[in-house]
Amino acid sequence: MDWEVKIETKLKDGILDPQGKAVKTGLKSLGYNNVESVHVGKYLELVLENIEQKNKAAKMVEEMCDKLLANPVIEDYSYHIKEMEG
Amino acid sequence: MPNKPWLSEGLTEKEYEMIVDLLDRKPTTTELGIFGVMWSEHCSYKNSKLILKNLFTEGECVLQGPGENAGIIDIGDGQAISFKIESHNHPSAVEPFQGAATGVGGIIRDIFTMGARPIANLNSLRFGELNNDKVQYLFKGVVSGISSYGNSIGIPTVGGEVYFSSAYEGNPLVNVMSVGLLKKENIATATAKGEGNSVMVVGAATGRDGIKGASFASDELSEDSKEDRPAVQVGDPFMEKLLLEASLELINTNSLIGIQDMGAAGLTSSSAEMASRGNSGIEIDISKVPTREKNMTSYEIMLSESQERMLIIPKKGKEQVVKDIFNKWDLHAEVIGRVNDDGMLRIFNGEDKVAEISAKILADEAPEYRRETKLPEYIKNVNEINANDIKSEDYNNDLLDLLSSPTIASKKWVYEQYDYMVMTNTVVGPGSDAAVIRIKGKDKALALSTDSNGKYCYLNPRRGAAIAVAEAARNIVCSGGKPLAITDGLNFGNPMNPEIYWQFKNSVEGITKACKKLDTPVIGGNVSFYNESPKGAIYPTPIIGMVGLLDSLKDKTTMHFKNEGDLIYLIGKNVEELGGSEYLELKEGKVDGYVPQLDLNLEKRVQKTVREAIKENIINSAHDCSEGGVAVNLAESCFENNLGVNIKINKEISNKALLFGESQSRIIVSISKELASKLENIAVENCVPYGKIGVVEGTQFKFNNLIKLDVEEMKVKWETAIEKKL
Amino acid sequence: MKAGVVTFPGSNCDADVFHVLKNIFNIDTKMIWYKDKNIKGYDLIVLPGGFSYGDYLRSGAIARFAKVMDPIIDFAEKGGLVLGICNGFQILLESNLLPGAMKVNDNLKFVCKNTVLTVINNKTPFTNQCEKSAAIEMPVAHGEGNYYIDKEGLKELNENNQIILKYKNKKVNPNGSINNIAGICNKERNVFGLMPHPERCSEPLITPGKSDGYNIFSSIISFINKRGGKIAK
Repeated sequence: MDWEVKIETKLKDGILDPQGKAVKTGLKSLGYNNVESVHVGKYLELVLENIEQKNKAAKMVEEMCDKLLANPVIEDYSYHIKEMEG
Repeated sequence: MPNKPWLSEGLTEKEYEMIVDLLDRKPTTTELGIFGVMWSEHCSYKNSKLILKNLFTEGECVLQGPGENAGIIDIGDGQAISFKIESHNHPSAVEPFQGAATGVGGIIRDIFTMGARPIANLNSLRFGELNNDKVQYLFKGVVSGISSYGNSIGIPTVGGEVYFSSAYEGNPLVNVMSVGLLKKENIATATAKGEGNSVMVVGAATGRDGIKGASFASDELSEDSKEDRPAVQVGDPFMEKLLLEASLELINTNSLIGIQDMGAAGLTSSSAEMASRGNSGIEIDISKVPTREKNMTSYEIMLSESQERMLIIPKKGKEQVVKDIFNKWDLHAEVIGRVNDDGMLRIFNGEDKVAEISAKILADEAPEYRRETKLPEYIKNVNEINANDIKSEDYNNDLLDLLSSPTIASKKWVYEQYDYMVMTNTVVGPGSDAAVIRIKGKDKALALSTDSNGKYCYLNPRRGAAIAVAEAARNIVCSGGKPLAITDGLNFGNPMNPEIYWQFKNSVEGITKACKKLDTPVIGGNVSFYNESPKGAIYPTPIIGMVGLLDSLKDKTTMHFKNEGDLIYLIGKNVEELGGSEYLELKEGKVDGYVPQLDLNLEKRVQKTVREAIKENIINSAHDCSEGGVAVNLAESCFENNLGVNIKINKEISNKALLFGESQSRIIVSISKELASKLENIAVENCVPYGKIGVVEGTQFKFNNLIKLDVEEMKVKWETAIEKKL
Repeated sequence: MKAGVVTFPGSNCDADVFHVLKNIFNIDTKMIWYKDKNIKGYDLIVLPGGFSYGDYLRSGAIARFAKVMDPIIDFAEKGGLVLGICNGFQILLESNLLPGAMKVNDNLKFVCKNTVLTVINNKTPFTNQCEKSAAIEMPVAHGEGNYYIDKEGLKELNENNQIILKYKNKKVNPNGSINNIAGICNKERNVFGLMPHPERCSEPLITPGKSDGYNIFSSIISFINKRGGKIAK
């Protein structure tokens, strides 16, 4: 089975996010005063081929995130896995 | 095929008829697309060729003149320099970050395909007034695009210029110059020769990026241009770094017949031009081209402008050498066709032939137009400007205002985003008259400068363009170098407009005249027409990129005053001239008046005087007198070391012209008291007017009884002006 | 003494470091390809500046998995001297040879300029020729030099005197790094990472005209010469 994986990484809570700060200032200057906080992160899409079980795919994704895709010192990650159609 | 198939390819009906005539049949869709880009202004120079033929292109130092990827000059010791300037105006107007970034990428490829390692980049930028959100967006985007690409690939961005004027509001100019160093024996050419030799595509895979970018560059920007976004390519400096290293490694193995960058019009122009130069033909099977997207048509593959790709003709049997080197750098290298000897460009998609056109017809036989010229109406209405026409209450404020006008203010905000030190050759970086780049292992260096004053060129294209050449040379001389050669980036409006074409023709004449007199041939360049927005055409802006040589590093000279007590001399003559000045625009909001006179004989003697003085090792600083006049230029020399000046000039002209007039052929130098008579002797020998105008002292800027300011205060205004506007 | 400078795909200061070691200090210096699995006989390995793998994911994140990193980590664990400059520092962080992580500069812009630094610890193989507390000048050129470490980590760095260089004060800190940190070493003192570029200021001729970077390299050479060429454990 093939799996469609969506991964998001962002700076951990409490770590100053200069990009998020800049975006927040920008939104405020456009008059969006309700904006309380902004965090900028990264979004990755991957396709995993030929893995039979979802939990195996999940394990692999976590491994990839821990090793390379996120830096555990400063970043958190989350992911969604969906079986590919067709 | 639609009713008028030529329209969507940017061709005229007449051109379409020519094509049918030349082929003796109707072209296929792919063929017509190929003609569309090859006969676009961007690739064919059809509207400019006849004028450009008059440029001065010969000189002792010229190893390669116009017509190749880039020109080459000899700098002795078996070494040569390849350099060229190129515009990326329209892509930058639509997507400033990627537009500017890919502009940098493109010009770098032009240099390393000549066999040269790029060692420095410069860029000449024009934007609208900074107090406009859209302009700020373009300005920030362009600067970060240049920064991103240049820094990543590891070539220092060492200089250039930035001007702000409403004339560029809808159509910014982004001209990028790259300079490379090579051994004379390693000169590569963009030629395809030798029947049966392989044709290889190397580098990135081909996608649908920038289809028809060359025709896009040959059209006016309209409100719809934003919808043309697919025409903007995305740059990958990492890929290009690998491509650069692999290509230079390959050229060193002497395995190549020819190599060419796939720039505008991609595979089409590179194959047609290479074949045409070698009096050969090329056959390509586009099904062998590595693609990034599925189901690409032959039209798309031939016209794609995906970046970071090159076309290579290896010597017979050297295909594996090419593959090995590119594989080492994790890059594609695929044989996609062969060279033939019948002069035809034949495109196959597997078994199917999709195009068959003579390479010569595509590359060299585009129509050449001598467009109509007409003296522009506005030029007839240019007025003489008198000092009394400018109202001023306080020269202190005037000077501070000039120093904080974005065109004159420090460009630190810009160049601190550029890595100007990587490669560790930067002897003098951005913010000087010219950048100075050493040649490792030798006691010599290059001086690099770009110059153009659009206002001068608007008011008097011929003189304005000549001044751009003269000023570039003056900048090189002030830095300790000997001017060698230039590349010209010619930016104009729509050439179909006779008034614009008149500007173009006169600018080229001005460049030619100055280049002949100063003995600095043009070795290559770029024409960018259709720089217009709904608000009208840009100022005619012929940008001169000049390279000079310091034959010894001890000649290195900067603009900064160095010692308390040094005398300040002005070499040249102050004239009552305020036309076209920054001061006039600042105070009266006008771009008007007679452009300062340029006496090229005097110019030459002034430059010779300063050069001799530098060679004698007697002067401590030299600074070209340009925008803002003597007052601004003196101030710029004060800032680095926080030194003041006490200036006393016997005036024969008005205070305003004396302080802020922009008379040409003037250089301000500082020198110790003991050596001053030597300088005077050199000036006398060269029949050059000069004046002792003051002394370096204290921390205040004093000019006759007209100006008295703290240098520190001036410096802060000058240094922070741009940042404050953003 | 023998030095090696690693070329990752996208490194662009490798030739600059090579030039300084080879031509200014006359050290036997070799370029090391990122795919090499064998690195023998070196006294010093330099991970140079640049944009390895385009810095597309995070600076240094992909280079950390280049084949050459295994033997380098081994070399470091055995006490070999490893110097990471700019992107090299980022790679050392990603490979956990040094603690902490890098974020984008607080003003979000690439910054290239000369900076004033304070030598915090001069009892290391990399700074023994510098004066303690001296103000020195070195240029920076980076977009991601905003060093971060959590509270405990910072405490540990301080307790072990692992902070070697700091930007002189908050005002001249070009990137917003925590505690103005510009360069740190590991507990064992044999791995040093810094954002400023010593190779860009080892010759007075070139801009910015200072040569304080010279002392970093002469410290290393002096240390290795004293040690007698053997890797100490």
